[in-house]
This record gives sequence, C-alpha cells and structure tokens, in this order.
Amino acid sequence: MPLTENEFRPKIVAFCCNWCSYAGADLAGSSRLSYPADVKIIKVPCSCRVNPMFILRAFEKGADGVILCGCHPGDCHYSTGNYYARRRMTLLFSMLDYLGIEKGRTRVEWVSAAEGVKFSQTMNEFVEKIKSLGENVRLGDLRCKN
Amino acid sequence: MQELVNRAKELLANGTVQRVLGWKAGDMAYNPEPSYFESEADLSEFVYDAFCGANLSKYMIEASKKEGKTLVFLKPCDSYSFNQLLKEHRVDRDKAYIIGVGCKGKLDIEKIKKEGIKGIESISGIGMEDACDTLKIGTLYGDKECSYQDVMLERCHVCKGKDHVVFDETLLESRDTVDSERFHEVEKIEKMSPEEKFQFFQKELSKCIRCNACRNVCPACSCRKCVFDSTKFDSAQKANVDPFQEKMFHIIRAFHVAGRCTDCGECSRVCPQGIRLHLFNRKFIKDINEFYGDYTAGEDINQEAPLTHFEFSDREPNEERG
Repeated sequence: MPLTENEFRPKIVAFCCNWCSYAGADLAGSSRLSYPADVKIIKVPCSCRVNPMFILRAFEKGADGVILCGCHPGDCHYSTGNYYARRRMTLLFSMLDYLGIEKGRTRVEWVSAAEGVKFSQTMNEFVEKIKSLGENVRLGDLRCKN
Repeated sequence: MQELVNRAKELLANGTVQRVLGWKAGDMAYNPEPSYFESEADLSEFVYDAFCGANLSKYMIEASKKEGKTLVFLKPCDSYSFNQLLKEHRVDRDKAYIIGVGCKGKLDIEKIKKEGIKGIESISGIGMEDACDTLKIGTLYGDKECSYQDVMLERCHVCKGKDHVVFDETLLESRDTVDSERFHEVEKIEKMSPEEKFQFFQKELSKCIRCNACRNVCPACSCRKCVFDSTKFDSAQKANVDPFQEKMFHIIRAFHVAGRCTDCGECSRVCPQGIRLHLFNRKFIKDINEFYGDYTAGEDINQEAPLTHFEFSDREPNEERG
C-alpha cells in the first residue's frame, strides 16, 4: 500500500522481556510474519524491570502508545517477576487513565517464545488501535515533537 | 492541653524519656510547629490545639537514632503513619514512648482566609477543652466568627477513625468529624472524559512550583536517597519546564508511596499552592482496594503490602474496570 503524505504513523514503544517476548518477536521475524515498523522494541531483562518511569519517559519522548510484553504468568524466567509487573502496571495504567491518557494507549500482553503469530497479531492490533486514537497530544514534552 | 504538658513533665522527670516531640507555639495563633522539648522549662512553649495538624511520625525516624527514648504525641491518623514506618523498619518502637492524643478535627488556615477573614490577631475556640463548633476570631478589622466544621482540613472530613493503632497510653477525648465520602472526589474525576480529566489536572498541576514540600513532609517518603534529588533525572528539583514534567513528578511521587500511603493528608496540607495532592494518593488507594481487596496502610504491621505481594488470580492490566 503506498504511503500517502498525510497518513498518521504512530510511534509505538514495546518493552519486551528477554526470555519470552523478545524471542517471540524474533520468531515472528524468522517466520516472515509482518508487523508494522512503527513498533520500536526495547529489550528488558524481565517485564518486572519496567519502572513506571520508563513508560512515562516513552510518552514524554513522543510515543503514542506503549505496550509491555512479558512471559505468561507462571512462566517467568525469574519465577515471579511478571506477577509483580502485572500489579504495578494495573495501577499505573489506571492512574494514567485517571489523568486523561486513554486506556487504549497502554497495554500489557503475555507473549511466549513460541508465539510469533501472537506477537505479530498483537502488534498489528495495537497499531490499529493507536491509529484510531490518533496522536498523543497529552503527556508529551512539546520540545520532542517535530 | 495542660494534661499533656503535665504528663510530659512527669515522664521527663522520672527518666522514662529523654526528650519530648510535640508542637511548639508559632508566631501566630494558627501556625504551631513541630519541635523537640528537652527540659521542663522548654515545655512552657508546648501547644496542642486545632492547628496542630502536623504529623510527627516522620520525625521519629531521626529520633530513633538518638540516645534514649522520645515521647511523641500522635493523633489517631498519625499513628497509622508511625505503624507503617514501623513495618518498614524505619523507626524503632523501643525508642518511642507514644501518647495517643485525641483529635476533634484540625483546621485549615487557608480556608479561614478564604472566608474573607484577614489580619488575624487571635483565635479562640480551638483548644481541646472547647466545644469546637464556632471559632471566635479577633482581627485587625474587628471580631469575626466562623463555623469550625467549614474550615476543617479536607482530610478530617473523611477521617479514618479516632482509634490509635499504636500507643503506650492515650489522653484527651476525640470527636467524630466524618461528613463526606472519602472517594467521592476521585469518582467524580473518573467519570469525566479523557479531555476533561486532562484539563482538570493540567489546571491543578500547573500551579506546582516544585518546592518538594509534599515529598519532604510525607511520612511514607523516607528514602535516604530520593530519585528527585538525582541530577540525572529530568525532574530534579527545579521549576517545571513543561506540562509533562509537572505531571511526571506527581505521578512518580504518588506511585512511590502507593500501597504505603496512609492518606494522612499532609501533602495537601503543606502545599503552598493549594494543589489537592491527595487526589493522586487516594486514586491508588481506591484502585488497590478495588483490585486487591481492602487494604489500609499502617493498620496492621503483619499484613502483606499490596505491591510486594501478588496472587495468581490477579486481574489483567488491560481488563476494563467493573
């Protein structure tokens, strides 16, 4: 599909855990499954490594949506990391929603190393969702917008 | 009030405690400040009245490092903060002699000023022995009156209760002051549209001058090194340069005390700009109660804190509320 000049291309940051989701993304790549190039992956040792500040910083630097991917509950490489991440992100996302950052702009998804298909599907869906929400005009540093 | 002074003198004299932590009369009738009293003579300046809103539990971190015991006066809500600090091993129970003092609701001087009462010289009706229903205020422009209930601190309208959760003895009577719903304001904001929410907080937070008073006074903010003091951090102590930084500071501040905040309301009380900071903390408290079961920080030291604990059946972050 040719890219028209005015089409909105969202900036999306995906935090992927080293053990499951990053490998899942890798599998999606080696299986030739496509997902939008708007998604920028940042590898983290565990979903639990994601400090609320990371999410805020991503929004500050101009992200339109942030997604966190980790191992399925019960499969964490460090046994319990994703359980803590789950509680933290639940509270953080609820707080962002309270501040007027639409709930759709934040998401947590559990993707295992064998789920290349799920990874590509999730990213496609998420990008569509963000496209429908449009540019994130709130919670962004104006200096970072071009 | 004399009861408290007498008891403090007794405990100082018999050597049970080395010092007393209480409130000292300020320049005005409405600004007593936290202070240590080392001797009987010092205690002549001791006050305890309706303006003693300051929570003394955070000072006990410092006092726990001093020689000997410290006598500390804690209001019912302050005792939750103390208990929370105890749970986090920040204070030493053996170094504290706690007298739980009664509370009839504390007053907010800003609200009195908003009633149009300026040039205040004296205020009566604020003592613990008074009925506490009307304030008689002597001002430069004549005598004024106002209702006690109307000028109470926001936190007293939604008081957690008048029972101390930790104490060695209790003195003075309390009075129930609850007359509104604790989460009412939070619910009102939750019902707004994203744009309205954003505008509401933009308006509220753009007042922030980053004086860090809310952090410094907070009994839950007791880290030795604070993220906000780091020079590598965008939001190091300085005026906010853009709307993002205004929000980031407040989100991070509230998140750092999530699950540990006892809703003592000190942040809102000390804010020189009158930002209703409790709206953030209370949102986290409401969510924690809703998602992970009712939890009151500081109530029980043996209870698992919500963010250092999990259940296999916890809700998913993407799930819609309800």
